[in-house]
Amino acid sequence: MIDTLRLTAEKAKGMLERKEVSGAELRAAYREAIDARDGELHCFLTLVDEDESDGVPIALKDVISTKGIQTTAGSRILEGYVPVFDSTVAERCKAAGLQLLGKTNTDEFAMGSSTENSAFGPSKNPWDPTRVPGGSGGGSAAAVSAGMAPWALGSDTGGSIKQPSSLCGNVGLRPTYGTVSRFGIVAFASSLDQVGPVTKTVRDNALLYGIISGRDECDSTTVDVPHVELPESDDLRGLRVGVPKELNEAEGIEPGVTEAVRRAIDLCSELGAEVGECELPRSVEYGLACYYLVAPAEASSNLARYDGVRYALRREADGYYEMVSRTRDAGFGDEPKRRIMLGTYALSAGYYEAYYGQAQKVRTVISREFAAAFERFDVLVSPTSPTVAFKLGEKSDNPLAMYLADVLTIPPNMAGLPGLSIPCGLSGGLPVGLQLIGPQFSENTLFRAGHALERAIGFDVVPERLR
Amino acid sequence: MAISREDVLHVAALARLDLTEDEIARLEVQLNDILEAVGKVSELDLSDVPPTSHPLDVVNAFRPDEPRPSLPLDDVFANAPERDGDHFRVPPTGETAA
Repeated sequence: MIDTLRLTAEKAKGMLERKEVSGAELRAAYREAIDARDGELHCFLTLVDEDESDGVPIALKDVISTKGIQTTAGSRILEGYVPVFDSTVAERCKAAGLQLLGKTNTDEFAMGSSTENSAFGPSKNPWDPTRVPGGSGGGSAAAVSAGMAPWALGSDTGGSIKQPSSLCGNVGLRPTYGTVSRFGIVAFASSLDQVGPVTKTVRDNALLYGIISGRDECDSTTVDVPHVELPESDDLRGLRVGVPKELNEAEGIEPGVTEAVRRAIDLCSELGAEVGECELPRSVEYGLACYYLVAPAEASSNLARYDGVRYALRREADGYYEMVSRTRDAGFGDEPKRRIMLGTYALSAGYYEAYYGQAQKVRTVISREFAAAFERFDVLVSPTSPTVAFKLGEKSDNPLAMYLADVLTIPPNMAGLPGLSIPCGLSGGLPVGLQLIGPQFSENTLFRAGHALERAIGFDVVPERLR
Repeated sequence: MAISREDVLHVAALARLDLTEDEIARLEVQLNDILEAVGKVSELDLSDVPPTSHPLDVVNAFRPDEPRPSLPLDDVFANAPERDGDHFRVPPTGETAA
């Protein structure tokens, strides 16, 4: 009997290598878990019945193109769209023998922090199904947490891997910008989008990051990546850990979140790290505003391709422009429309310098503040999300309140920095995530720190109600 | 810089969105709220700061200029709403933008 709630990908890989289990048996076990729980949790948009690979199973967020398998990005405008090619990350998963279980739910075009913006209905949090799993990659995070996949891939623009991982109690990495190919990923904001792993353990995360990362000639923004090391060490000796005041004291951080994060920071000292305070005076105060200009501006450009001509939805009309405008109004939900409108406005004549131009300069300020902090520290720590999982519907009518869910994940993203979220405790019975931020290409350091902390914290990743 | 109903209509035309009356009314309110919040970036005097358009220090990512096979045409048109031989078929464009 395979306990998918506890089985790590690393263990599954070992069992397959020792022939203690077959790929088909593993697949059947996860399908059984999906059949038992996905009716309630709604993590999958498309299930895959068979795959030519027979290695460790995986689930992919539905912004990742999979040849011959519907890829919707959570949008009606892409309903029925079947890619004719694989994304590079899907291809690398295949090459590593991973078998695809299905495609996971996401806020439409990865725009959101709860999956409530999915055109196909929200996913639920396995710790409490009346609450959101976070977003946009809530389907991937909830699927891993509920034992419906040993690991999954997500994508992160403002926090879409880190925040749901925090809310569902698993490990999520948003890698350094440029380390993972975006070829075949449905684009949202191209100067920010990154694909990364969602897993039960830090070692699994390093394993999967090793599979998907590295230069890809189909994505000219990718670069050569340092060799990925599987973390072994139980201590943090020699590591300098910075605690940025603003990221830890921002308005809206719940007391229970602060408490769990403080305990993790104390553990850093106990494990031998040198812990000190630092400041990011403008990154947190101006980060969210900067993001909500840059990301919608880029989105308005990226989403111009949905024109009813080359693929997916078309609403008929007598004239071309009428057809395009009708198709886009019918196919996009409220959040993409809001962001297209905001981005188009911010880029339009007369406003460009005041909004988009100014936001790009704020981005430079943020990068410089982090660079200054990394002169003194190897890793910075903070909560990943200011709150634990919130109730479904709690923020869905208030876009600005929803945007605040990413207030702590956005600043490092603006600077292209890697961030790892690991569970560091519970508050009111719900998981709290610790965000570890490093300089560009410091994934190995984040894995090392995350692994040692994970051991010391001893968080049980299986939701209490499923134990 | 408050957004008027006319601004909403102008931006919707630029973005090719045929919004309903309800959407126009809602977006007028929401865009004003959001712009007020993001307008915060103008508090900073950044006249001496260069803009960042890309977070990595990568310049000119070249690859060899070697032809490779393209997608077969049947694949290219596989998801198209309307195909006419080797073309995507669309309604006539001989009109002013809606």
